[in-house]
Amino acid sequence: MKKWFRTGKPWIWLTAGSVSISLVAVIGLVIMIGWRGLSFFWPSAIHEMDVKQADGGTKHIIGEIYDSEIVPTTRLPQSMVELAEIESETITRYLMKIGNREYVPLDFTWVLESLVTEDTTPADLAVIERSKDGNFYGRITAITEQGNVIARQGDADFRELLFERVERAVELNEQAMGLQESEIASVNYAMGELELERRRLQLEDELTDQAVAYLQEQREKLQQDYQVYEEQLFDLREQAQRDTLLVKDFRGEEVTVPMYRVLDVNFPNDMGFFAKVGHFFQQIGKFVSEDPREANTEGGVFPAIFGTVFMVLLMSVIVTPFGVVAAVYLHEYAGKNSITKLIRIAVINLAGVPSIVYGVFGLGFFVYMVGGSLDQVFYPEALPNPTFGTPGVLWSAVTLAILTLPVVIVSTEEGLSRIPSTLREGSLALGATKWETIWRIIIPMASPAIMTGLILAVARAAGEVAPLMLVGVVKSAPMLPVDGNFPYFHLDRKFMHLGFHIYDVGFQSPNVEAARPLVYATSFLLITVIVGLNLTAISVRNHLREKYRSLEH
Amino acid sequence: MATQSAQQLSANRTRLFKDRFARYGVTAGGIMVLVALLLIFFYLLYVVQPIFESVSLKKVNEFNLPQAQQVEAVGMEEQAEIGYRFLQSGKLEFFALIDKNERQAGEILLSEQFADADKISSFAKTLPVNKQYVYGLNDGKAVVVEPKFNVTFPETASTSATDRVERIITPRFEVKNDGQPLVIDEQQRALQKLAYETDGDGMLFAAAVDGSTLLITHFVAEENFMTGAVTLTPNYTEIPLNSAIDDIVVTPDLRQVMVRRENRVHIFDISISGEVSERDLLPMRKGELGNATGMYLLAGASSILLTHDTGLVSQWFEVPGDEGRQYQYIRQFDAGSPVTDVEVEYYRRTFYTLSENGELNIFHTTSEADLYQGKPAEVDVERVMVDPRANYLLMKTASGYSLFDVDNEHPEVTWSGIWQEVWYEGYPEPDYTWQSTSGSDDFESKFSLVPISFGTIKAAAYAMLFAVPIGLAAAVYTAYFMSPSVRKFVKPTVEIMEALPTVILGFLAGLWLAPLVEAYLPGFIAILILIPTSIIAMAAIWSQMPTNIKSKVNDGRASLLLIPVVLLMGWLSFEISPWIEQVLFDGDARRFITNELGVTFDQRNSLVVGIAMGFAVIPTIFSIAEDAVFSVPKHLSNGSLALGATPWQTLTKVVLLTASPGIFSAVMMGLGRAVGETMIVLMATGNTPIMDWNIFEGMRTLSANIAVEMPESEVGSSHYRILFLAAFVLFIFTFFFNTIAEFVRQRLRDKYSSM
Repeated sequence: MKKWFRTGKPWIWLTAGSVSISLVAVIGLVIMIGWRGLSFFWPSAIHEMDVKQADGGTKHIIGEIYDSEIVPTTRLPQSMVELAEIESETITRYLMKIGNREYVPLDFTWVLESLVTEDTTPADLAVIERSKDGNFYGRITAITEQGNVIARQGDADFRELLFERVERAVELNEQAMGLQESEIASVNYAMGELELERRRLQLEDELTDQAVAYLQEQREKLQQDYQVYEEQLFDLREQAQRDTLLVKDFRGEEVTVPMYRVLDVNFPNDMGFFAKVGHFFQQIGKFVSEDPREANTEGGVFPAIFGTVFMVLLMSVIVTPFGVVAAVYLHEYAGKNSITKLIRIAVINLAGVPSIVYGVFGLGFFVYMVGGSLDQVFYPEALPNPTFGTPGVLWSAVTLAILTLPVVIVSTEEGLSRIPSTLREGSLALGATKWETIWRIIIPMASPAIMTGLILAVARAAGEVAPLMLVGVVKSAPMLPVDGNFPYFHLDRKFMHLGFHIYDVGFQSPNVEAARPLVYATSFLLITVIVGLNLTAISVRNHLREKYRSLEH
Repeated sequence: MATQSAQQLSANRTRLFKDRFARYGVTAGGIMVLVALLLIFFYLLYVVQPIFESVSLKKVNEFNLPQAQQVEAVGMEEQAEIGYRFLQSGKLEFFALIDKNERQAGEILLSEQFADADKISSFAKTLPVNKQYVYGLNDGKAVVVEPKFNVTFPETASTSATDRVERIITPRFEVKNDGQPLVIDEQQRALQKLAYETDGDGMLFAAAVDGSTLLITHFVAEENFMTGAVTLTPNYTEIPLNSAIDDIVVTPDLRQVMVRRENRVHIFDISISGEVSERDLLPMRKGELGNATGMYLLAGASSILLTHDTGLVSQWFEVPGDEGRQYQYIRQFDAGSPVTDVEVEYYRRTFYTLSENGELNIFHTTSEADLYQGKPAEVDVERVMVDPRANYLLMKTASGYSLFDVDNEHPEVTWSGIWQEVWYEGYPEPDYTWQSTSGSDDFESKFSLVPISFGTIKAAAYAMLFAVPIGLAAAVYTAYFMSPSVRKFVKPTVEIMEALPTVILGFLAGLWLAPLVEAYLPGFIAILILIPTSIIAMAAIWSQMPTNIKSKVNDGRASLLLIPVVLLMGWLSFEISPWIEQVLFDGDARRFITNELGVTFDQRNSLVVGIAMGFAVIPTIFSIAEDAVFSVPKHLSNGSLALGATPWQTLTKVVLLTASPGIFSAVMMGLGRAVGETMIVLMATGNTPIMDWNIFEGMRTLSANIAVEMPESEVGSSHYRILFLAAFVLFIFTFFFNTIAEFVRQRLRDKYSSM
């Protein structure tokens, strides 16, 4: 045994073990996030339970089993242990999501397994997704139209009618929403522009009576439009308020749920496997395409996806030329002198400077200094309200462009160094100038490497949060940075970001428990994007290496 | 032919021009990288730099006022357009400070006589914040005056067109108690010395009568519910003292009166009902400081300033001790020559002293900063007052009045204040404290970067403790022992690990790992022991395996073989955790740690941060170290093996030694990353700025501090600049580590290429 130790074998195995630990950690982490993120979309069964109470009675609850854990008996209050007649050292308890937020103090409750006297999953239990107050669990007993019951539970085509009415309400809501977000928003935007125009004319001393009259006329026109839209909006809302649902909740009381709040009604206990799969994908679709609700703790993440993508694209446009030019300089032009060495040290340091420092720099330099100056020169009419002198998507993109510059440089340079020098020499020998060689021969050949660098930069930027918290990201942006109002791209606007969304929902939201699955789902989405981008980059790079290896021979 | 060659020539010329143009363009682009780094460096420095500047005074205006006998006090409003002075003769005069519209500087705008000159026996003023002045009369009465200013923006035909409204400030005054003098002494003795304060409703007067008798008169304000009229009910107390009273001050909360008789300072407490009790007698350090000559209150009214005939000014404040809170000598300032008058600022702990030699001194107490000394107007300074925003200084000099622009934005910040212990008001001892904001107005920000720098180092240290062994061991194995086919899969996996957004790691650490660690603490300790031993056990078992199985899975694939072992042991650790907890920690590890070991336990602690941030740092260390080990020339290791060394001997004696600079640089890079990491620390700790290595407590790091406080700091304030300083420190930290690492790596690369 001693001899065996002396061969060093155990130590080799220990080093091997640390590789295994790393692998287990990475893969385990990704699988866990994936599992937790995706299981959020799977329709879970609704339980109806009778739970024994301390006063001898029982409590009736309806809800989803959200989580379960095993706790040592010693951590529970003594009275509860006696009530539950626990003899083992540990016991399972369930976290139940019981919804119905307006009727209970907390929409989550812990239930000890041994206190449950009855547990069933009846098929007629419905989960009603609502635009306010979260989910509602109960039995739908009737549908009313303007206060009159038109169908009751048990009627032949009750569910068809239910779904039809829900669809109608959702559609009306969508129309109202669309009206609000496009037509009315654009009228508001135009009004704001008119006010700025007036202010601008005033500052330039060109506010003639004619101009005043023109502005007034425009404003009246807009106001008329607004009134028309407003009437339409009220009409739509009124229509949506026509129907209500009568639902019997966990207390056995019949309560009304107004239909215009209902987003979806499901009977998960009554779903077959394929129905569940369908529902799963439908939920994922909703998640990526809908706006968040209830302070980001419910609904989708569409604005965050949009914001992330838009910012990253903007960043790519900025970072690519700079990164490529710097790499070309370092590899093709730079001599072996101290400036080159300094630039290399600068590249390494740009890669190593903590991202928050970029955030601080971006806030001070880009936002306050550059942005503030831009405002004074180009947007004096809006002052003292800042236009570019406040955090926004443009500054975020610029800040992240500096942050990711080294990634593009390093990757491009690697690509350049893999191009055999015979190609350069051949081109030069045929009479091409150095620039022509680079432009026509080298850069096209290095383009996959540039692509790799760009992909890696995008992946890095998509996951970066700390600097963005200072230079432009917000928890909830009322308007996307791109819309139908001229000039269509609003680079001064603040935006939402997936990474920040995770931080915000996970740590700043009022109801962390309810939001947690959403955070896992968002994390999974972000990881999928980033891992996907990285894998693409890696495969492009490997492919490239193979290609050049064959060129060398 | 000729034309063709000419054409070719010109075409060539354009091509050459383009070539040269491109060369310059690309060179400029390359240098841009350097410029970007320098820009960050210098911009951060540019923002930070003003906090270390000393005070500068710039003369704005100079004017003369009608001659007056003796000026008791001067003051001005916050726009520094109008000033006022109280004369000993009982007169208040408002005057213009600058030429504006029809007003000329020095023009008297309003004046009022409050009492006959021969009836006035004393004068007192409140702290600048309360802005009230009192004349004490020789019949035991007092007149309280408050100068006031009306600010209006009258709209005229000319202003509405341009949207620029002229601001007009007009002075007025208010005599308290509906213009009637207040009776301070029922026996109508002359008020020889007077002190006065108000908390808005109540008023507290302290006066010396008959030389050595202290009179404390407390007016309690009562509002009539029906009419809303306020009636003042006086409460008289008389305390005879042994010798003549020199100075009296009253705190604005109306709870304390301090009386100085030569070198003794008595502290009297006033209860809410108005009862007076003597609390304390300050032990003067006469030998050290010299004879006391005056006594003043500092803004915030927690500190007393005493002037001494040696030219020193000493600061005293209450310090919690065994016998409750007691006044204690804190620190001293040297004005060079005996101080005749002290003026304090409205909100900050800055004070201005006038010396016998006519010099003005500006000090800041907490930062112990000596900000200015000299005669700004080149003549002796007689009276001085600062405006509420501390932007202007009004000075009465021997030759007239002058108005100065004061540039004193950040008196509270000094280099020593940031990095050394500072004794803040009300603290038992000097300490490193970071506390940037609070709800109250007279709160003093405490900017010590020591606790958050400490937090940064603590977080980085725990992360490295976790990451260095795993990262380096994994790198060595992957580069040296692993079979190429496995390596092809392992390297990208680790690269993916590096790409995982830290916000996700932070979120998992805070919401998943932290509760898990809390619930299964013994399990986590068990992992530390179980996994290494089980790995060695596995190795031993494998070495006993029949050769035909062993040869199928050689050492190069051991890490794949060990994955199930790691998983199993991890699972086992969690399973036995409650059991260990029962046996060793009485069923609750957390309670055991808190009660038995006396160690504070936070849910979001350094252990969690160490694991999560270690996870983020492992790939950095791994990939650089792996590169270094992998590129050790093969002939070195082959030679060693050929000479009969075992693979392990070759590794430790040859390969690692050769690659050691690369490994060092990997650790440096990892450290750089750990130091600057923001989101993980932000989410996985409680962000409390404490200084303690305890692994079960959290910390606050420089980066998390910036992320938390930057959005709410006011642009240009000391707080804003200090946060930039924190960023600058981080920048320098990482610059240092990265540059060393890169330098070492370059050297190594050269060494390999020569081998």
